[in-house]
Amino acid sequence: MKAVCWMGTEKMSVENVPDPTILNSRDAIVKITSTCICGSDLHLYDGLMPTMEQGDIMGHEFMGEVVEVGAAIKPEKLKVGDRVVVPFTIACGRCFFCEQQLWSCCDNSNPNYWIAEKLMGYSPSGLFGYTHMMGGYAGGQAQYARVPFADVGPLKIPDGIPDEKAVFLSDIFPTGWMGAENCNIQPGDTVAIWGCGPVGQFAIRSAFLLGAERVIAIDRFDYRLRMAEQAGAEIINYEKVDDVVEVLKTMTGSIGPDSCMDAVGMEAHYPGLMYALDRTKQILRLQPDRPGVLRECILACRKGGTVSVPGVYGGFIDKMPIGPYMNKGLTMKTGQTHMMRYMKPLMDRIERGEIDPSFVVSHRVPIDKAPEMYKIFRDKQDHCTKVVLDPWANGAAA
Amino acid sequence: MSEALSIHRENAQSSRGSAALRWGGLIGGGAVAVLGLSKRSKVGAAIAATGGLLALLGARAGARKKEYIARSSMLVNCSPSEAYQFWHKFENLPQFMRHIESINIIDENRSEWQAIGPLGKRIRWTAEIVRDKENEVIAWNSLPESDISVDGIVKFSPAAGNRGTVITAIVVYTPPAGAVGRALAKLLGKDPSFLMRQDLRRLKALMETGEIPTTDGQSHGPRSKITGAARVINPDQPVRDRSQIPQMMEMKRRVS
Repeated sequence: MKAVCWMGTEKMSVENVPDPTILNSRDAIVKITSTCICGSDLHLYDGLMPTMEQGDIMGHEFMGEVVEVGAAIKPEKLKVGDRVVVPFTIACGRCFFCEQQLWSCCDNSNPNYWIAEKLMGYSPSGLFGYTHMMGGYAGGQAQYARVPFADVGPLKIPDGIPDEKAVFLSDIFPTGWMGAENCNIQPGDTVAIWGCGPVGQFAIRSAFLLGAERVIAIDRFDYRLRMAEQAGAEIINYEKVDDVVEVLKTMTGSIGPDSCMDAVGMEAHYPGLMYALDRTKQILRLQPDRPGVLRECILACRKGGTVSVPGVYGGFIDKMPIGPYMNKGLTMKTGQTHMMRYMKPLMDRIERGEIDPSFVVSHRVPIDKAPEMYKIFRDKQDHCTKVVLDPWANGAAA
Repeated sequence: MSEALSIHRENAQSSRGSAALRWGGLIGGGAVAVLGLSKRSKVGAAIAATGGLLALLGARAGARKKEYIARSSMLVNCSPSEAYQFWHKFENLPQFMRHIESINIIDENRSEWQAIGPLGKRIRWTAEIVRDKENEVIAWNSLPESDISVDGIVKFSPAAGNRGTVITAIVVYTPPAGAVGRALAKLLGKDPSFLMRQDLRRLKALMETGEIPTTDGQSHGPRSKITGAARVINPDQPVRDRSQIPQMMEMKRRVS
């Protein structure tokens, strides 16, 4: 089959690889009909996440049709022919964490638990198409994928819902939603969201659906800010103002936003010397993450407010403003998305027409074009917001 | 802890056998001397001599036998009786103990264990159950004719907050005095408690989900030699056979 493989920093390649097979009794094989490039894939593209290996199959946002199931999968849970969207986190459904609905903290899905354990104390769940520290599972930018614990994760798609409305339930819609939920939004609240990429866009819309009165969106690309505006957000282009924190203060009568969301993560851009310093440390591998947005969120947030972090970080940061964080009585909520908590309710909202996730798509291309799309997406060329790949375009089978 | 050690001490007088080289693998992982001896060449002899020197130094450092203690615990979402029943069938253990190749049941109390040492060297011992309290504890000692002394105890206790069972396992390994393996273990040793936790984590997955998570055998693109090397030195993955190494390196580069 065709698969997008990570061959090194800024080196993606579409390779012919063997079709996946069932390895465990709760596996399923999915024939993929739509698959996407995620902003967090760009951290791998840029070579900033440790424990990638040459030849790893990328991709964690995919959907398709079940073509094979393992012996332990009960037909009422999943069967051949089901059309499903697959969450990017892999969860067993039986451990303490799954029982607490903390799906992305599943204890049993990462075969390389010990690597993450060394870095983080304990390992989160396994992920598709990510680093070996996070399990090293082959991903879904391919024609087929093996889905472990397939009786827990995949959500069956109701008839009449096309791929482009359903596929974002694999990651970014629930991730934006949980980012907003983690803002602890109360009626009348103002939420500031850094980053108007796909997760930020869903977070803006989710914040309104959860009752926020004002959403302030921060980015530097006008086409993304316009998309935020269309959802009803007020906007700040941080490259055109001196100090985002000052502007937010002015916009809120010097009280600050009730919640601040970092929907950017480890590869943030921000003005000033501090960016140059952080970027240098990142290149020298002294600091895996560039935490400029996180620092701004903490400084901008009102006293007693909430900082929500759906943006991905990999390791450790310098100059964490722990004094402001402590003295202002802030709460921080984080985490990879607890996918299975949100997929069904959000599918219901899509069915009811409350939101059409396909607004975020800017590019639909055959899988063979994936390597160049990584670059276009990373460099924000061609007004790129979201790339959807068709693994079977041109009817080409491997 | 004290219980396992006291069980261990009671049996400390018994003979430990003389299979010095075979010890290396379980916590050594290094295998320099084994590699050297098995090469039967000048280079091999040199490697083996290095190992021998280390052994000599080890022996002069003190004749007291060193104990290596592996200890870990794991919260498992099952009842103490389920965990006890599973463990009590010793033939189940190789499913999650990655360095144990096989366990053959001899009779009600005794079983024959075979572990994979460095580069496929096999280490054998016979274990005898010395304590057995239903749903609470199982303890076993190795018998005198074994390659290595391996005494273990596993306890099953109900976890706080009805969260299942805490399984605590302690295994005391005692290689023969002055062993090459001891020196190697110091130089290149894996952490026995780390390996124990890895085993218990696999047991947890097996008890809770019915399977052990894996990516072995999944598809991938062309691998580099570095990847193959990383796979060979993975501390959680024993090399079952020397011939497996080039195979592992090659496997990572193969594409259909």
